[in-house]
Amino acid sequence: MPQFGLEDYLQLFVSGVSTGSIYVLIALGLITIYNVTGVTNLAQGEFVMLGAMGAVMLQRLGLPLGVACVGSVALAMVVGALVYRLTIRPARHAPDVTLIIITIGTAIALRGLALLAWGTTSQALPEFTPGPPANVWGAVLSRQRLWIMGTAGVVLAALYLFFEGTLLGKAVRACAVNRRAAELAGIDAAAMALLSYTISAALGAVAGIVIAPLTLVSYDMGLALGLKGFVVAIMGGLVSAPAAVVGGLILGVMESFASGLVSSGIKDALAYLALFVVLLARTTDLFAPFRRRPIARLSARRARRPTP
Amino acid sequence: MSALATGWAASRRRLRVGFAALTLLVALLPLVFRTPYALSTLILIGIYSIVTTGLCLLMGYAGQVSLGQAAFFGLGAYASAVLTTRLSWSPWIAMVAAAAGTGLLAYVIGIPIFRLRGHYLAMATLGFGAIVRITMNEWRAVTGGPTGLPGIPRLSIGGLALNSDLTYYYLVWAVGLVALALARNMVDSRVGRALRAIHGSEAAAESLGIDVAQLKLQALVTSAVYASVAGSLYAHYMIFVSPGAFDVDASVQLVLMAAVGGIASIWGAPLGAAVVTLLTLALREIVPLITQHGSGEHQIIAYGILLVVIMIFVPEGLTPALARATQRLSRRLATVRPRWLPWR
Repeated sequence: MPQFGLEDYLQLFVSGVSTGSIYVLIALGLITIYNVTGVTNLAQGEFVMLGAMGAVMLQRLGLPLGVACVGSVALAMVVGALVYRLTIRPARHAPDVTLIIITIGTAIALRGLALLAWGTTSQALPEFTPGPPANVWGAVLSRQRLWIMGTAGVVLAALYLFFEGTLLGKAVRACAVNRRAAELAGIDAAAMALLSYTISAALGAVAGIVIAPLTLVSYDMGLALGLKGFVVAIMGGLVSAPAAVVGGLILGVMESFASGLVSSGIKDALAYLALFVVLLARTTDLFAPFRRRPIARLSARRARRPTP
Repeated sequence: MSALATGWAASRRRLRVGFAALTLLVALLPLVFRTPYALSTLILIGIYSIVTTGLCLLMGYAGQVSLGQAAFFGLGAYASAVLTTRLSWSPWIAMVAAAAGTGLLAYVIGIPIFRLRGHYLAMATLGFGAIVRITMNEWRAVTGGPTGLPGIPRLSIGGLALNSDLTYYYLVWAVGLVALALARNMVDSRVGRALRAIHGSEAAAESLGIDVAQLKLQALVTSAVYASVAGSLYAHYMIFVSPGAFDVDASVQLVLMAAVGGIASIWGAPLGAAVVTLLTLALREIVPLITQHGSGEHQIIAYGILLVVIMIFVPEGLTPALARATQRLSRRLATVRPRWLPWR
């Protein structure tokens, strides 16, 4: 067992936070979709994969890295909208389990399409700003990890501003709170559901693109990342964004320490164990006691039966 | 009451006729498809149809979704493999022990897991499958790790080794038909009606005095035992097991088989297993002709699309849809007198 100094722990911690930010982005996508449409989207990980693979493809075509990234996000948004229109909307009155199976089918189909388009070989995306790793208080951090945390922060801020500050964002939230009332107020709920899918595809794609330089990108990368995003989303009862942020960072740090101090094989098992613990400990909202009016919120949620 | 009784008797009769027809079909198929390739396909269909039968009981009747059924399948296969190769147990005893162990594990896991519903249950079963898969990969000393475990003996009955594919085919399908008959009896019994009541509404079922938790556990254990026996048969047929055959995709494939056949119809299990297996093989032939990427499991695209299309348009599966179509057709033939059929 090697001796660990303080800077090693710090390094594990910060790299855990950056991995955790990825999970947060994926989880936020899941939460957005669930809040507005009531669908548990098991295809979320495939949006991550599409973002990463799309960026690699566009970059290979000779586009500058920045343009490739933005283009890839746009591509993923189109796919997200199509997925909603083709698979979720026609089955919007189906029971939960049917919808879940549909999203699984969608995930497999997207993975298969990626396989068909790009093959099985793993691809790599260059780092956004190549250069020597940054040194933070003795911890050595690759620049890409800083990019990941920075991007996650910016995206979180943008999401907050969108949902709290713009009319469109408020309309989406209105649908999440009470779909029928929102429709009575003149909000096109179906359009908001479509929008939620688009936003969530963009969130997944961003996560895929920023992590792409650190891991090899392949058609089957989505499943594991999607599942971890799901573990995180469940920590917030699938509805709470702040809980997902905290939960995502915790899971990232836990994994980082587990693979740094024990072995990397145990890392994935840890996420699934966390899934069990979280599911069984609280099938609802971990952070409910910290809310101002938990009971009123809970009953409001019970009352509405979200339909996409 | 009497109408109900005659209706019930008629459905009983139809059932017996259907079962006899299926048995006859199973008995005669190898006379038509003699090539080793066709026989091994039929054997795999038989093995998958056993797992799917159990899954239909769990998903279609008890209404509990399982995205981890391949884990039970894999546990059966690995238990048989480890017990026969490393401890040199008799394959039959190993098969029974594997089924008992897997059933017990399902029971133990079922107690906490069935506190969950809907998508939470789906995720928990998915997580369970992933953990089993990771264990197969990482516990190298016992499972042989990612490279798998070779050298599993073939089955034999009283000194008669089941070496040929033909004898193995009859063994697998004999087990498959017995499994089907047992499941069918269970569905028709008090237990089956109770399970359907649970599917309808757990609260209502409970208020009628049905022990919901106990019955759900029974359905899970039954499906796990089915999967485990099928897994043992798989291991002794392949004489080699590796974790790749029991991953999340395998679980999804099993759900697809159940969904194609119709999750709420036991008869759908062999149909779904056959359709999906044949589709997989066909796509393996066709896809390389279209794309330049030769390797990879391209058939998963079709799985995905098929799953979505079936869930949207015929969520009850092919068997009930087919049954309704034939019924409509026969009614039309009975009422309308077509001019081109002079004898009617």
